[in-house]
Formats: sequence, structure tokens, C-alpha cells
Amino acid sequence: MPTISVDKLDLFELLGKQYAPQDFEDLCFEFGIELDDDTTEEAAATGARAELKIEIPANRYDMLCIEGIAQALNEFLGNSPNPDFKLVPAEAEFTLTVDESTAAVRPYAAGAILRNITFTQRSYESFIALQDKLHVNLCRNRTLVAMGTHDLDKLVGPITYEALAPTDFKFVPLNQSKEMTGEQLMAFYEKDKNLGKYLHIIRDAPVYPVMLDANRQVASMPPIINSDLSKITLDTRNVFIDITATDKTKAEVVVNTLVAMFSRYCDEPFTVEPVRVISAHNGESRVTPNIAPRTMSAEVSYINSCLGLELSAEEICQLLVKMALKAVPSPTDANLINVSIPCTRPDILHQCDIMEDAAIAYGYANMTASKTPSSSLVAAPLPINKVSDILRIASAQSGYAEVMPLTLCSHDENFAHLRQVDDNTKAVKLANPKSIEYQVVRTTLLPGLLKTVKENRKHSLPIKVFESGDIVLKDDSLERGAFNQRQWCAMYVGKTSGFEYVQGLLGKVMQAIKAPWIAQPETGAVRGYWIEQDDNKTFFEGRGAKVMFRAKEGAKAVKIGEIGVLHPEVLQNFDIPYAASVVEINAKVFL
Amino acid sequence: MSDLQLRMLQAVEANNGKIENSDAVFQDIESQILQAALNSLVAKSMITFSIIEKESWKLTSEGEEVVSEGSHEFRLLAEVTKHLEGLDISKVSKVLGPAGKLGQGKAFKNGWIKKDGDVLLSNVTDLPEDSAAGLLKSIKENGILDDKKELADLKKRKLKGVEFALTIVQVETDITSDMLANGKWKTATFKPYNFNSEGVAPHSGALHPLNKVREEFRQILLSMGFTEMPSNQYVETGFWNFDTLYLPQQHPARDLQDTFYLKDTLTSKKPEDETYWNNIKKVHQEGAFGSIGYRYPWKEDESLRMVLRTHTTVISAAMLHQLAKDPKPARLFSIDRVFRYEAVDATHLAEFHHVEGVLADYNLTLGDLITFMKSFYGKMGVKNLAFKPTYNQYTEPSLEIYSWHEGLGRLLEIGNSGMFRPEMLESMGLPKDLRVLGWGFSLERPTMIKYGCNNIRELLGHRVTLDFIETNPAARLEVD
Repeated sequence: MPTISVDKLDLFELLGKQYAPQDFEDLCFEFGIELDDDTTEEAAATGARAELKIEIPANRYDMLCIEGIAQALNEFLGNSPNPDFKLVPAEAEFTLTVDESTAAVRPYAAGAILRNITFTQRSYESFIALQDKLHVNLCRNRTLVAMGTHDLDKLVGPITYEALAPTDFKFVPLNQSKEMTGEQLMAFYEKDKNLGKYLHIIRDAPVYPVMLDANRQVASMPPIINSDLSKITLDTRNVFIDITATDKTKAEVVVNTLVAMFSRYCDEPFTVEPVRVISAHNGESRVTPNIAPRTMSAEVSYINSCLGLELSAEEICQLLVKMALKAVPSPTDANLINVSIPCTRPDILHQCDIMEDAAIAYGYANMTASKTPSSSLVAAPLPINKVSDILRIASAQSGYAEVMPLTLCSHDENFAHLRQVDDNTKAVKLANPKSIEYQVVRTTLLPGLLKTVKENRKHSLPIKVFESGDIVLKDDSLERGAFNQRQWCAMYVGKTSGFEYVQGLLGKVMQAIKAPWIAQPETGAVRGYWIEQDDNKTFFEGRGAKVMFRAKEGAKAVKIGEIGVLHPEVLQNFDIPYAASVVEINAKVFL
Repeated sequence: MSDLQLRMLQAVEANNGKIENSDAVFQDIESQILQAALNSLVAKSMITFSIIEKESWKLTSEGEEVVSEGSHEFRLLAEVTKHLEGLDISKVSKVLGPAGKLGQGKAFKNGWIKKDGDVLLSNVTDLPEDSAAGLLKSIKENGILDDKKELADLKKRKLKGVEFALTIVQVETDITSDMLANGKWKTATFKPYNFNSEGVAPHSGALHPLNKVREEFRQILLSMGFTEMPSNQYVETGFWNFDTLYLPQQHPARDLQDTFYLKDTLTSKKPEDETYWNNIKKVHQEGAFGSIGYRYPWKEDESLRMVLRTHTTVISAAMLHQLAKDPKPARLFSIDRVFRYEAVDATHLAEFHHVEGVLADYNLTLGDLITFMKSFYGKMGVKNLAFKPTYNQYTEPSLEIYSWHEGLGRLLEIGNSGMFRPEMLESMGLPKDLRVLGWGFSLERPTMIKYGCNNIRELLGHRVTLDFIETNPAARLEVD
């Protein structure tokens, strides 16, 4: 969720009230925003203006600036309704022509003009900050949408949006003095802390998107930088907004949000001059911004049923006014209200969003308690967790301490350090490992136990630990390509290997799961387990065995795990200066 | 070779092959332990050593008392001086205990007191120097006293045992089965027990603290009619982890900086339910079920990318999708691991646990959710909840749950909840009036608060100390 810094005095002036800290916090809580910080004390010390840092829900793009926060809260408090936005002139005169060449690199464009605007230092800063916030959040760091704002008086309309070869155009970028081609710009901003991270969006494209005025002067090279020529200043009176995008829905949201928030500073507040976008090649010719409210119907019965209330259509309409929504009962259907959704509320997708706004306006604290008798349901634990618990409790009763290492580990820890080779059939690997510690999902519980022992090697000997947890194994036949398998693993670490102790523990655990030891596996065919020597490189030569299990009388015995004395190299790889024995089995077989 | 032996060899090396006085170099090690380690090195022919014998005296507890309180005779004199009329002899032991008698003899010998009838009177005008206490203090500091006669005298001063008798009685330490058989317990004298002790610790194993808290939540949820979900599936497709939950494909949570993606060697498949797949595509791309949708080109490839699940809600989605085959009321929960591409710090790990539940029934209301959350948290003793509107991608309305924390003196967020969006439920084929409430929180956070733990790495992962696990008390959520 984005956090917005707003000037405290300005906000309170806009709200028409000096709030006590707790009162303002309560207001935020009710509305669903969060006061993160109040810098009043620090500001008093440094002489700066006090700021409030407010956390905004991720879907409220209209609240990413002080203008929007004040407007939303004023509506919520009943101080003022949502403004009516107007296009002046009603018919677009200014044109923005989109050339087909942009289709390959950044196909959508939109524009708008704010006429006769008057900036103050703080409203100017807010205008810049809102663009930054939108670029980061909704625009996904300019990949989906980028916006540029220009002093229209420095440009000559109409504007064309084209894509040119990087060496075929040049201009002086914002706050620079030297003219550069697109190619030179890329090199110039390579190391730039702010802009460097956006270069990748177009760098490798054969053509770069460019906004040009009627005299072929470059206004901007989206999504990287504007030209210095059309830079806006505190004295700028007419602002041209250019929008370029790869996502057209979000382009509309961005242009609407900018004009809805800043048209209030025009001589005639809340008026916007439209721009005719000519984009015949992709059927995107239209007038932007489209600030007309859209209408959506909502069912009175649905809202009441979801909220557990019995409100009339009129009462719901009154509540919605507090949330920027103008609604009236439908003249034709008593169960419907017609809701007019302003361009500042693109987050409303479904009548459930209207229902939520009614709930917030009503107040979560005022909601009545449940009246629905709850259905009587019989609960059950997950079978594999029951099996796991039997093994866990038997292990703890036998003097072993339960540990919970992580599921992710390094490739080496899962393979090379255990003297195993990765045959690429088992382990799920991460495409974007954060660090060497998180490269693969473990296919055995061993690495975690060994790392835990390493960290605890100062503990008195012997160290006896166990874990019951999931490993993940690949299986191409499955929809998700891999599955979890519950394993149980225990380790004895001491001056001597203690093989007989883990062997005894295995016996204890098997007894708990009702699988007795079978002394002569070759005769008889009852349920039970035995171990037989096996070659496994993790173990010291001749000291490793496989654990065999027959689930029921007459069934085929299967290998369910391994037991053995760890190879000295394995211990060395995990910096463990003692001898150790380990047993690990698949717990799924006991289901 | 032990750490100590290694340390010794390194010390010899560092001191040009010879250590004059091992006590001085290894001050932190007791001399018996030191000698055992030396013997072991001698046995390996790695060093030689000779023993330096040293006489060293230590004070008994009685001696320590004399140093701090004064000698018996001195204390008696001080007591006598306090009484102008003199101190009645019969009161001496009452005032000074068993030390009184010894002190009386020494005080007479020193000429400090005199006797008048049954009363002791002071024989000195000023309090003299307490030489016995001084000598003992010197022994305490130096371990030795040059004057061997004084030393012998002080050694002899020891008080007689309380059980003084002219014959030696065998004192038994414990009652034995032999005694029960031969009846000797009836006549035997038993050594008194020292009850001011902890006893011998049993050999024991332990369950992990985090799992103990997990079990508490599990029992509460089972008791409230919640069935445990098969949450044992860490690998998911983008379809299940994000798309089904109505998280658009450009959502930041799907970034490489937030989610672990898997290498392409894995091949994922579309779900068997093709209608569901198409519904999800439509509800994202064009809108459906009364929603205008997100209106962006929805990509199959993005949906088929493999991830480590970022929440257990993906399991809830799979279970609700199953429920759509036979829609009816249900309560489901899971407590299991989730994975996030996070910078590891005191409160974040790349994996942690989610506690999560869903409650499905016809015509559920927001009031039902609030009432349920109050009753659920009430079972662990958390009262006075407050609900704040919030934004979650897949619930509408969404409520953050807060409770007042006395210790911190502020509202603390303890969970998140909401009503699942119709776009998510109706895509599955669930009827419109079957509503689903969902809620969740991390298992680590309440556990850290409960155990006063400030670092998540001290609770989960291989760096957790075994001592913490072994000495951790039972988790009783409703009591603590």
C-alpha cells in the first residue's frame, strides 16, 4: 500500500478543522486509511512544515495526493459532495495523432489540457509527486503507462505521437543543456539513479516513442523523459498532459486521475480541455479524457443481505454520497438503485464494491451482530497431519527435540554436501533465487537438520533432533508439476555415531504407528518393517541401510527411507565436529 | 581433540613452546579440568608438564561470616557494650546463637569482658581491634597466612556440629528397599533434605514452540467445526495462486521481487475444469458475473507460470472450486507454509506460516463475519476487537482486525478478513447467494508476541537454539 506525505496544516485547512491527533486517527480508521506518522515534533525542531504520512489502499489512485485525500474525507464527513467535472470546450479542438509506427513499441496514447491553471509552490510539488506515485504504482514503473506534463505555450499544436529510430531525432532532455539523440540519451542515463531503471522498457526496440509538436520539436521520449523545451514551471498557465501506454484501461485511469485532481486549480475549477486522439490504424480514435461518470445498478436486496441490514433504497443512496457515489432509486425497479460512478473511482468493478462503500459509510463499528444461525458442521483433521503428529509425539517422548528449519536451501546443501548428484528428476529449482540460501526446494529433511546441528554445536552432547515436514518432488504428470511429501527425519549427534540409538528410535516410532520389526523378512508376510544394507553415498561405507515396510499382510514391501551413519565428509561439509547417525522415512505410507 | 586441548596447544605455540604457569594463562578453567586435558595431550606425546604444588586456604561459610560480621568474641563484646546493666549470661546463646559460647571463652581470654554474678560486663573502654576477623580477611585475600600457628588456631576454631554426641551415629541419606525389608528405617537417622533445590532434570525431548502454538489454533478451529484443508502443496501455477483470486496479471504481487518463480524445466497444465479456466479469463479480460472486469489482455502463459505459493488462500480457492460441484455450507482451515521473495530481517523470512480459514454458507453477512471473529479471538482470550476497512484484492468488503494491546498501549493489527469477491466465487460455479467469508494471519507474529521474541529467526529456521526449544513452556493461548 502506498504511503503519501501530506502537509498537515494544508490538509486540516482543506478539511475545515484542526484535528486532535486521536480524532484524526479515528477518522482514518473509520474510512480505511492509516495514519503512519505525524512529523509535528520533528518539524518543530527543524522549523519545517509538519507532515502526515498516510497509507492509502492500493486501489484508490484518486487518493495519491493531498487534493484527493481531502476530497474523499470531505465527502465522507459530509462537508462537500463529489465535484462535477466538465469538458470545456465540449468538442475537442486540439488533436493528438498516433502514428502506426508506435504499434510495435508503445501502442496507446491519450492527452488532456488544463487551461488557465495557477500553481503554488506546494500544489506544483503535489502535481509532480502524484505523477511519481502513479508511475510507481498503477503504471508498474512506467511499463504499462507513462505520463508527461508540458507547458503548452512552449509547444505548437497539433501533437503527433510517432516511433523513430534512436538516431533519427534529438532534443535537450529535461534540466539538461545538451542536445542528444535517442541513442545518446540511453548512454547518458545509463547510470542515472532515477531514470536508469526505466531504460530497459524501450532500449532494445528498433524505434523509440516520441511526442512531437507541429514544428517537429520533441516534447518527450516516453516512458523515459520530457524535453527541457516544454518544462512546466510555477508560472505555467496551460498544461498539456501526454499519456503513452501498453495497457489502454490504465491509460484512461491515469489521465482521468491527473485532470480530476488538478483541474481544481484552473480559473474555472473542475474544467478540462479535451484532446481528440486520432489513431485510425488500431481503432483507438476517441476524445480523451473521458470524465463522464459511468452508471451501474446495484440491488438493494443484495446490499442488505450482505450487510445484514434492512436499509431502504433512499438510505443506501444517502450513505453512498459519503463515498463519492451519487445514487438514486431506480424509477422502474424498486429493488435497484442507479449509481453514478465518477471518473475518480475506477476501483468500482461490481456491485460488491458499492456494497462495501455502503458498509464503510454505515460504519463497521455500527454493524449488527450475526443473526444467521450457523450451520452445524462436523470437523476433521487432515489425515497426513494425524500421522505426522503420531511420529512427532513418539519422537519427543523418546528424548528428541523437534526443530523447524526452512524448506528452501542451497543446491549444494541438498546435493553435493550430502555427496549426492542432482539427476534433475527430483528437485524443484527457483528461477529467481533471492540468495544462495534459497535455490531449491529440499528433497530431503537432512540439510535442515544438519544446519540446525551446526548452529547448535555448542549444545551438550548428544544432540538429538527430529523434524516432521514436507519435501517437494517433481512429477510432470501433475497439473502443478510437483507434489509435497511428508517426511520424518531424526538425527543423533555425539562422540560416537550412535547408530543403535536412531535404530531404536525408528523402532519406537514404528511401534507407535503399529508396524512391528520383522526379524526374518524372507519368511512370512505380515505388516511391519525391517532394514537392510544399502549403498548410499550420504552414509559411511557399509554403515547405511534402507528401511523396508510392508503395509499389510501379504502386501509387497516397499522402501520408505534410509538409516545410517553419516559420511565424515557430509559432517565436514556442514561444519559438524562430531559423529552422527540419521534416519529418514516417508510418512505418507502410514496413511 | 577438544576445543580446550586445541587452545592449549595454540597457547604453548604462542608462548615460544613453554607456559610457566597454566593457572595464569587459563584462568577461566578449573584446575582439575585443565589437568585432565593436559594428561590427554601427554598421552598423545604432544606436550610434557610438571606440577607446581601450591598451598591455598579457603574460608568456610562460618569464616566468611566472621569476615563480614566480625568474630564471635567481637560480636559478643559489642552486644555486652550495648547493655549498660550488663548482659545476662543465659541470654548469650539467645542473642548470638551457637556462636555465643565460643565467643564468650575467647572474649574472657582476651580480657574484653568480665563476669559479675550472672551478668557479663565490658572490661574495655573502647572497642578493640577484631584481630581474628582481620586474619581471616587476609586469608581470604591471599589464600595463605604466614603465621602457621595462627593458621592452625583459626582452623581449630570451627564450631562443633549441631548433632554433637560422644558416639558416632550413621546418618542415612535415602530410604532404601533394604531398609523397608529389614525395618531399619524405624531406627535410622536421616540426613535432612535440602528442599531449596531444583532436583535432577529428566531426560526429555521437546516439541517446537511454533508447532505448539499451531496446535492450539488447530484445536480451537477443530472445536469450531473447521475441517483441515490438504494444504500440502507448495508448488502452484499462476492460475491458482493469482488468477483464481482475481489478482490481475500486472499486479505487483506477481513481480519477480515478490514471488519465487520456478525454472521452466517444469511443465504445468491447465486445470481439468475448462469452464473454470475460461470463466477466469473472461472475468479478468472482459468482465463477467456482473463485473466490468479488469479489461486487459489476459495471457495463458502468465497463468501457467509456476510459483511457490505466496499464500494458503490458493488452497482455499482449490477447495471452494471443489465445493462448487456440490454447493453447501462449509468451514475449512489450514496452517501451513507460504513463500515470499523478501529481504530477510528481524520480522521477515522468505518462508513463514499462514493461519487461514474460510466459512461458506448461504446469505452470510458482514455481521456474521464480525460475530465469528469475536468468538474466534475470544477463545484465545483476545477481546475488544475493532474492525477497519481495508483493501484486499480478493475480498470485498475487507476488514482488518485490531485489538488493544495493553503492553504496547496501542491498537495492534491481529488479522485480515473479508467476504470473497463474486468474481472469484461465481467463476467457480458457486451460486450467487452462497457467500464465503475468509480470514487469516501469520502464525509467527502472535507467537513472537506471546514469547516476547523480537527476531523471527529465533523462532523459525535452523538458527533457533535448542535451549529455547527444550525449555519452552506449553502454549496456552486463553491463559497467557
